[in-house]
Amino acid sequence: MMAIIFCINGEKKNLIRMVMAAGALAMLGTSVYLTLDFLAQREAGATAEFLYCNDPIPWYETLNINYSVGVDGISVAMLLLSTIVVTTGVFASWGLEKLTKEYFLWFLMLSLGVFGFFISIDLFTMFLFYEVALIPMYLLIGLWGTGRKEYSAMKLTLMLMGGSAFLMVGIFGIYYYSSMDGNLTFNILEIAKNHAMPIDKQMIFFPLTFVGFGVLGAMFPFHTWSPDGHASAPTAVSMLHAGVLMKLGGYGCFRIAMYLMPEAADQLAWIFIILTGTSVVYGAFSACVQNDLKYINAYSSVSHCGLVLFALLMMNKTAMTGAILQMVSHGLMTALFFALIGMIYGRTHTRDIREMGGLMKIMPVLGVCYVIAGMASLGLPGLSGFVAEMTVFVGAFEHSDLFHRFFVIAGCTSIVITAVYILRVVGKVLFGPVQDKHHEQLTDACWYEKVAAFGLIIAIAGIGLAPLWLSNMISDGIMNMLK
Amino acid sequence: MDYTILLLAIPFLMFLIIGLLGYKMTPKFSGLLGSAGLAVVTALAYYTAYRYFFTEFGQAADGARETIVMFNYTWLDLSNASRPDLMIQIGMLLDPISVMMLVVITTVSMMVHIYSMGYMHGEEGFQRYYAVLSLFTFAMLGLVVATNIFQMYIFWELVGVSSFLLISFYFTKPSAVRAAKKAFIVTRFADMFFLIGILILSYYTKTFDFLKLTAVDPEAQHATLVFSTMGGKMFMGLSVTSIALLLIFLGGAGKSAMFPFHIWLPDAMEGPTPASALIHAATMVVAGVFLVARLFPVYFFEAPDVLHIIAYIGGFTSLFAAIIACTQTDIKRVLAFSTISQIAYMMVALGVSGFGGHDGLGFTASMWHLFTHAMFKATLFMAAGCIIHAVHSNEMDAMGGLRHYMKKTYYTFGIACFAIAGIFPLSGFFSKDEILVAAFEADKILYFCQTFVAGLTAFYMFRLFFRIFFYNEPKFEHTPHEAPANMWVPLCILSVFTIFSGWFPFSKWISTDLIGYDIHTVWPIAIGSTVVALIGIGTAYVLYYKKNDIPDRIANTCKSFYTWASHRFYIDEVYLFITNKIIFGGICAAIAWFDRHIIDGFMDLLGWTTNTVSEETKEIQSGSVQQYAWVFIMGVITIVTLALYL
Repeated sequence: MMAIIFCINGEKKNLIRMVMAAGALAMLGTSVYLTLDFLAQREAGATAEFLYCNDPIPWYETLNINYSVGVDGISVAMLLLSTIVVTTGVFASWGLEKLTKEYFLWFLMLSLGVFGFFISIDLFTMFLFYEVALIPMYLLIGLWGTGRKEYSAMKLTLMLMGGSAFLMVGIFGIYYYSSMDGNLTFNILEIAKNHAMPIDKQMIFFPLTFVGFGVLGAMFPFHTWSPDGHASAPTAVSMLHAGVLMKLGGYGCFRIAMYLMPEAADQLAWIFIILTGTSVVYGAFSACVQNDLKYINAYSSVSHCGLVLFALLMMNKTAMTGAILQMVSHGLMTALFFALIGMIYGRTHTRDIREMGGLMKIMPVLGVCYVIAGMASLGLPGLSGFVAEMTVFVGAFEHSDLFHRFFVIAGCTSIVITAVYILRVVGKVLFGPVQDKHHEQLTDACWYEKVAAFGLIIAIAGIGLAPLWLSNMISDGIMNMLK
Repeated sequence: MDYTILLLAIPFLMFLIIGLLGYKMTPKFSGLLGSAGLAVVTALAYYTAYRYFFTEFGQAADGARETIVMFNYTWLDLSNASRPDLMIQIGMLLDPISVMMLVVITTVSMMVHIYSMGYMHGEEGFQRYYAVLSLFTFAMLGLVVATNIFQMYIFWELVGVSSFLLISFYFTKPSAVRAAKKAFIVTRFADMFFLIGILILSYYTKTFDFLKLTAVDPEAQHATLVFSTMGGKMFMGLSVTSIALLLIFLGGAGKSAMFPFHIWLPDAMEGPTPASALIHAATMVVAGVFLVARLFPVYFFEAPDVLHIIAYIGGFTSLFAAIIACTQTDIKRVLAFSTISQIAYMMVALGVSGFGGHDGLGFTASMWHLFTHAMFKATLFMAAGCIIHAVHSNEMDAMGGLRHYMKKTYYTFGIACFAIAGIFPLSGFFSKDEILVAAFEADKILYFCQTFVAGLTAFYMFRLFFRIFFYNEPKFEHTPHEAPANMWVPLCILSVFTIFSGWFPFSKWISTDLIGYDIHTVWPIAIGSTVVALIGIGTAYVLYYKKNDIPDRIANTCKSFYTWASHRFYIDEVYLFITNKIIFGGICAAIAWFDRHIIDGFMDLLGWTTNTVSEETKEIQSGSVQQYAWVFIMGVITIVTLALYL
């Protein structure tokens, strides 16, 4: 059982960085193996929707709650993303001195929640893992953060908890109204198969669930936790949060809200298309005038994650594949961004772009990595961002409704605005003359930073150059769900 | 699958090798490695061209040229149930224009590679420069051989980024960084229209494939096949097809620096001069022309209205840029505006062209001019590079009388000047003449406009020529000297092309319907344009052969017009105002404020309310039994009263 390996792996490691690194690499290895094996099984003709399913282990029989897990193409992609980000995150926080052990423990707790979430096919278990992933954020930001960390940690946790309150109501609603014969179940597959939820109930619980997850997916206007939270969080936590945790939102919207309540999703899509379409443009415009590197990136995440939900709502195969691709791609490149910002901040002790300049000359390796991250973000072909964005745009434009296509065109403007804010940062921070004489003594990246950055870049370029296998794997999962 | 894949693979590998391992190489080795790689590519490209144009390989049974797809790999699958063909493929399409472009790109790129070894000698970041040159060559080759419009878009973006990286080569110079940003963002803005155009086009035609898009209906001879589904759909007064094609053209206008997207090209001259020669003169900037040429049957049959727009935008841009070129003092900027003007010529030619046989003269002439322009403009830029190398300045005032010091540069620059002015028997004469013939047959206004521009072109080019090589010598800080051999040899090779490429039988090779035809020089038009060019040269001779005060007097007589022209009609300022004041200062700042104060403020308000309410209500839990008892009793009384009376 892959899932159990993940979980045990997570809980045993608590001592030092070496163990942590070894464990993380083992997880990465496992997930790569899982991906290859999954592809091989599909090749061999395994047609079941979810593979590697265990026999449900009941842990609260009265309510029919089971620990049941399994993966399809989409969860495999998300697991691969998570392990890459976790592994590079471990290397990125190698230099952390304060309370190392506790830090890594919470870090693992977070990863455990994330992995558990992606493999669960039981609603309640999924929700449980979701909460497991959220709580450590508070401590990680509150203790190891910088700046207004208590405020940010509190804000982030409360807003996300508010989201999960909606979510819980939504989940219970699904639980109670989804059964045909009084056999209540939390199992996603059974609910989907029964398909018994009356449309008027769907209309109530779909928005609740979608907004609940949408908060985590930084949907306008519930995104404001993101800039403050990211700005205060320590490097690896930002990486994991923006890279993986925000993807829980998109994944949840998709797997719970839209999969289980398709009719309501179809009818209410227009509201959320307006909101997410706004996110895309709004986040990009906001990013143009920020001066803090992390704020810029946080707003850019709002824009990119908006595109994820936007594409999901288009409800066709290509657009949804694009949405998942965008999740993977955004996870990787935003993790790279936050890692690099952390490294730059660790040296210059400022994140204000007005106080930096000419860093390319001083730290060429970090500079080049930053340019690559920026290029991925603005959608340069050959890097992952382009693949995802184009799949989204082409897919979304296939919608036969003029309203939807109009919003796609509006969304297209974001590719220009993204270029504006990315180049603004690159021009100010990396290029030009050196602003601060003290910066001239700074050193370039050290080995563990290089491991983190190069690892992510290889993943980004890998997807960007040869995207076909990933997109096929994902669209395979989508096809199963659209049925 | 055969050797042609190497055309793309070798430059890409060179980019990876020099890019990743360059810091371990000596600069000289990386330069040699890049050039050696490109030499192989050039040889392959020439071999392909030979096979295509001179053997049966490129001949269909009926004598027409064949369109051959060498390979086509699926890169990304965007299909769904209703659109099974929607896939992005990476492949190689050989047809007359792409084969011609292969020759142009590899030739100029090869010369630039060799030339740069001298010009960039001793620069910091030499390896980086060669890595990006390889990347550019890869991207540009990929663009011209694209089998589908999305592949073109992919490489379109890649050439954009290599242009960005080359303009910002001197990245510590703020002006270079600004120019690079401007170039990237302006072209990106245009690319957005390109993308939207592709989306609309693919939505209706259900394909990205060029072969399907441009397939002409053999029966009707008027409509291209896949567009039958689109017929009649109107939106805002134009048919959907026209809108899509107009948007696609706007993408091309961005790359090709057509008005109003021209503002990035003059600033792009901040990059190293050989890079300007390759990217901003000979190859990348003609991508827009190539795009229109690639989709020409679609434009002609489905959106003739857009073709008119293209012709007039081209006509206006060529005039506009030529006027500005007369007033600039930075020699690279003069050349940049001249490039804009000449590319606009090619656009005009496409815009006035018909389809089939001799009617397609404009199309042929456009591609022909593309070829000759690439050769003489690259020569001009490289010669300008030699001059800048010698006097260490871009300004005309630092030059004069250089013919005594730099013989080889003097001759090659002179040949290229005569070519661009369109003097018999140099290449520019032939290609420009065919454009004028095509314009004359289609639209008299454009014909007179373009003839006038030809005169202006001759004037500003010879203004440059006389100012640099004659005129009065300024005080040189040290005596200017001829450039080293690795710089003047490529220059001479290109000027050989400049002289002779007018005699190539282009109409046999390149035509709209792939069938060769004959052209003849139309003497009245040829003589007319030559006379106009000679008048231009004569005026330049009078004004700039020796130092005198006539130019200043003329500038003073039409002072306001001169000021406007020398400030490039303040278009840049308008753009700056829009971006800084309206977009940044207005929209972005407003949104950021709204976000922090209204949306976030609301969230904070929620938190504050919760806090305050709990602060206020915590008094209730005082722990005093009397108070609890009091509340309890009052509660009971209230409930009882309610129960009794309701």
